[in-house]
Amino acid sequence: MKPTLILGALLTLTFTLAALLSFLWTPGDVEAVNIAARLQPPSVAHWLGTDHLGRDMLSMVMTGARTSLAVALVAVGLGMGLGVPLGLAAAARQGGWLDELVMRANDLIFAFPSLVIAILITAIFGPGALNAILAIGIFNIPVFARLTRGAALSFWRREFILAARVAGKGAPRISLEHILPNLANLLIVQGTIQFSLGILAEAGLSYVGLGAQPPVPSWGRMLADAQTMVSLAPHVAIVPGLAILLTVLGLNLLGDGLRDALDPRLRPSRA
Amino acid sequence: MLGYALKRLTSLAVSLLVASLVIFLVVEVAPGDPASYMLGMNAQPDTVAALRTELGLDLPKWQRYLAWLGGMLTGDFGTSYTYRTPVAEMVAERITVSLPLALYALGLSTLIALPAGIYAAARRGKAGDAGVIGATQLGIAIPNFWFAMLLVLLFALKLRWFSAGGFPGWEQPLLALKSLTLPAVALALPQAAILARVMRSSLIDILSEDFIRTARAKGLSRRQALWRHGLRNALIPVLTILGLQFSFLLAGAIIIEQVFFLPGLGRLIFQSITQRDLIVVESVVMLLVFAVIAVNFLTDMAYAIADPRLRHAR
Amino acid sequence: MSVSSGQKYPGGPGAEPPVRQVSQALLQVEGLSLAFGGTAILRDVSLSLPQGEILALTGESGSGKSMTALAAIGLLPERAETSGRLLLSGRDLMTLPERDLCALRGREVGMVFQEPMTALNPVQRIGDQVMETILIHKAMSRDAARARAAEVMARVGLDPERIPPTRYPHELSGGQRQRVGIAMAIALRPKLLIADEPTTALDVTTQAQILDLLTGLVRDEGMGLLMITHDIAVVAGMADRIAVMNAGRIVEQGPTAQVLAEQRHPYTRQLFEASRHQAPLAPVTPGETQLSVQQAVRDYPLPRRHPLAPRRMFRAVKGVSFDIRRGERVGLVGESGCGKSTLSRAILGLEPLQAGMITLDGKPILSHGRPDPEIRRRVQVVFQDPYGSFNPRHSVGRIIAEPFHLLPDPPKGAARQAAIAGALTAVGLKPEHAGAPIHAFSGGQRQRIAIARALIIEPELVIFDEAVSALDVRVRAQILDLVAELSRRRGLSYLFVSHDLSVVRSITDRVLVMREGEIVERGDTSDVFDNPRHWYTKTLMEAAPRLRAPETGGEDDAGGEPL
Repeated sequence: MKPTLILGALLTLTFTLAALLSFLWTPGDVEAVNIAARLQPPSVAHWLGTDHLGRDMLSMVMTGARTSLAVALVAVGLGMGLGVPLGLAAAARQGGWLDELVMRANDLIFAFPSLVIAILITAIFGPGALNAILAIGIFNIPVFARLTRGAALSFWRREFILAARVAGKGAPRISLEHILPNLANLLIVQGTIQFSLGILAEAGLSYVGLGAQPPVPSWGRMLADAQTMVSLAPHVAIVPGLAILLTVLGLNLLGDGLRDALDPRLRPSRA
Repeated sequence: MLGYALKRLTSLAVSLLVASLVIFLVVEVAPGDPASYMLGMNAQPDTVAALRTELGLDLPKWQRYLAWLGGMLTGDFGTSYTYRTPVAEMVAERITVSLPLALYALGLSTLIALPAGIYAAARRGKAGDAGVIGATQLGIAIPNFWFAMLLVLLFALKLRWFSAGGFPGWEQPLLALKSLTLPAVALALPQAAILARVMRSSLIDILSEDFIRTARAKGLSRRQALWRHGLRNALIPVLTILGLQFSFLLAGAIIIEQVFFLPGLGRLIFQSITQRDLIVVESVVMLLVFAVIAVNFLTDMAYAIADPRLRHAR
Repeated sequence: MSVSSGQKYPGGPGAEPPVRQVSQALLQVEGLSLAFGGTAILRDVSLSLPQGEILALTGESGSGKSMTALAAIGLLPERAETSGRLLLSGRDLMTLPERDLCALRGREVGMVFQEPMTALNPVQRIGDQVMETILIHKAMSRDAARARAAEVMARVGLDPERIPPTRYPHELSGGQRQRVGIAMAIALRPKLLIADEPTTALDVTTQAQILDLLTGLVRDEGMGLLMITHDIAVVAGMADRIAVMNAGRIVEQGPTAQVLAEQRHPYTRQLFEASRHQAPLAPVTPGETQLSVQQAVRDYPLPRRHPLAPRRMFRAVKGVSFDIRRGERVGLVGESGCGKSTLSRAILGLEPLQAGMITLDGKPILSHGRPDPEIRRRVQVVFQDPYGSFNPRHSVGRIIAEPFHLLPDPPKGAARQAAIAGALTAVGLKPEHAGAPIHAFSGGQRQRIAIARALIIEPELVIFDEAVSALDVRVRAQILDLVAELSRRRGLSYLFVSHDLSVVRSITDRVLVMREGEIVERGDTSDVFDNPRHWYTKTLMEAAPRLRAPETGGEDDAGGEPL
């Protein structure tokens, strides 16, 4: 196993555990405002310092991880849950009306960058974490649909699929039994990549006020709050940013490592 | 080639039409009546009704859609509910910030990414390659608005080389360019990381192709084969990413403008959302979507020029 | 003399090649060994190729012949660990610095590769690619190089009227692209030309033309040719000397006639026997009509030129009719793109027909566009690619049992295991192989597994779609024996689809020759092969390289034993 894969797994694990732990325990109270203790640099009492309202930054980062991971996870789940079946169905009837529809709808969604989708959704429903999930999730659908369709098409041309058809199996059964399992690696790898992109997108949306709203803590909004404090106390801007950077880096390293580990082309063949 | 262009052009027109319909419908279902919003809580019902008539809000939906669409085709984006000025004017003013910013970033990103990607591919598996890969891993993981804040912290607040934000206007072109530099760098570096990785892996793929071996058998050195045969073929997938990046840069610019207090489309759109000035939101979103679709069309055309197989097929 | 060639090459190989006085060999390989990370690829290879001669290096896949060719042009992968010498006109390529190797490639050694479809740069005009060989060595001015490129392209048979140098590779056929590849290799009149399986990817008629061209170039320009091929029949017709390679070693080499006549090494003998192998086909008396193809038509839509253009159709199968009677073994031959694969897929019910009908025992294969499972289970198939025709994630047992899906009441538990074991035993594998993953098996074993899969539900007709084309000759012979044996034991009828005439001849009673979607000739296999009537069949027969039994001896011009 490559060291980058281990590093990626460790970083991902750390942030997941921190998010889970925050449900049970955090070093400080994220809702307790203490103006007297505001903008303190990192110390023994507050490992990562305090923010402009005197809240413990470590606790904020831990609870913020919850929002980031949850939003990104649900958004990727939404994208996969709809995109993969659509891609499989489109590939099973290549050139059919469903294929055309899926591909055109994909093109259309790609024309709306996720931020623009978020803007539109916010314009209707107002800002919130759910809208962030929707905006990121909708953008994930064509990503997975395209990926699945392309890979599935290459399998449909393989002779083992012809053999399954000769054995009388229909398209849905072949898609589930022969194609989907062979796409699993690809989807896992793309999933981690989309997951990390989701975290970045959530942070961006929260930063401009389109994501999670107070009192739900979020890394992006911590950065927005920190913006005017940067010159006074740089740590309030550096800490949440580093949290985002390390989480995304961890997921990307994990994804790359998994691809190398799972890619059968790189595996020594015994044949 | 003509047939190919025609086919792409048709799909461009269809995409735009469907996109405009989607945007219109989404904004239509948005709660809140712009007229009562504009006049405030205490407005008389008949004043509101009069304003609704004036704004054309009492017409059937399909008529308003056609009017909006027709207006946009002729450059009339409607009138802002809040400011009572033509949206086209507001957009025209803001776009002189956002578009140069996106293009500046695109240029920077390409200038950094292509050489880095080529360098890494040519030194595959060596220290230089590992260095580029490591840098791109960081570049992809870094949120661009946070990177922007760090740039401000270092170059504006500590070193005082640049101003921390604001835009002096294009009357002083050099100053304007200078004030766009930090935002453009913040936008460009994360995109450059992605582009460099695509360039690298695309070139590595191409370098393992049979025709590279053929070129080597003709007497080309490894370097000559890379430049003469590898690069042009490897650029084909890079073009796709470059096209996609334009839309990311436009969207990214919206956020980065917040960090640097730049009066661009991003500021306009957020203002309009808070003020429920939906006609502005509608038009700006449509403009962004148009830009993305148009750039994708141009990418397709560039593809056809780069790859003769596309030119002749279909 | 044991060899005859389909074509008459100028000064072609006869008995002993004329003894030439050569002071120094053009290419002299001395004790070349090569390994990757400790795994030996070449072991103590020694070869010698005099100026103006053709040396054929032959052997099965993985024997190291391509690596030898790459060594001879100094293009070995960097991580190769080598020892020994490889002298080109006296200079040792193994010790030459990269700069000198670059100066040498293209100018003194040219190389032609196997895959014409991928060996050319897709985004560069063919004329520019030929010119590049000249310009990169600064051998001539740009204008002179253009003229030379035109000359050499004409020499390799690219008519400037029909294939001008401004064309892109994708506008050319495989054979034309291979001609461009040859033009690039010989543009500077190198002393040594290396051809690595130059015709393996080509149809038999194109192959004959390319071989003719290569031989002509050697004779006219006096260059030496190192010809790498797995097909002994190809080299028997053109080489002055043959070297046989196995597992990285040269097991036998010498003048062509001598090697063919003596076959001193047992491996050489095995190769020759396998190449000429005739499967023991027991005579059968065909029963009633089983499969009936009536006026079958299959169209494919072509992409539209622009959105408003009418849809264009390509007719792959143009109203084909034939029958197969119970117990009959029928061959379907033709070159790539002739429609034979489309036809076999239509018989399997995988593709709909636009007109006509295919029936099995009188019942249509497709009714209302859907295949009838009861009919379908009587027809099974063995595909070409031993690596692509199995789901890489499934075990052998699961793969073999897949056709049980066609049965209304498939066997379960012990009955299922017994059926799998029976199928494996029938194809010469062991029942315990059922639990193994597919990637543990070699190409030949995989084709046995494919046959087991086809047989498990006891079909009446099996379609072999290029089922032995991807196999080495010795494995191919074993699989053909297995097919013959199964047909005898089970009274199977089969349709054997192949581009390879010698395979079809050895394993069928009756043959159909297909060209451009039509069957142009049909009849008993021996009749058609001995007395082809249609001009196309004649062309195919003449183009096919052939190898005669060594025992017959005789004069050079006695003509080959018919295929």
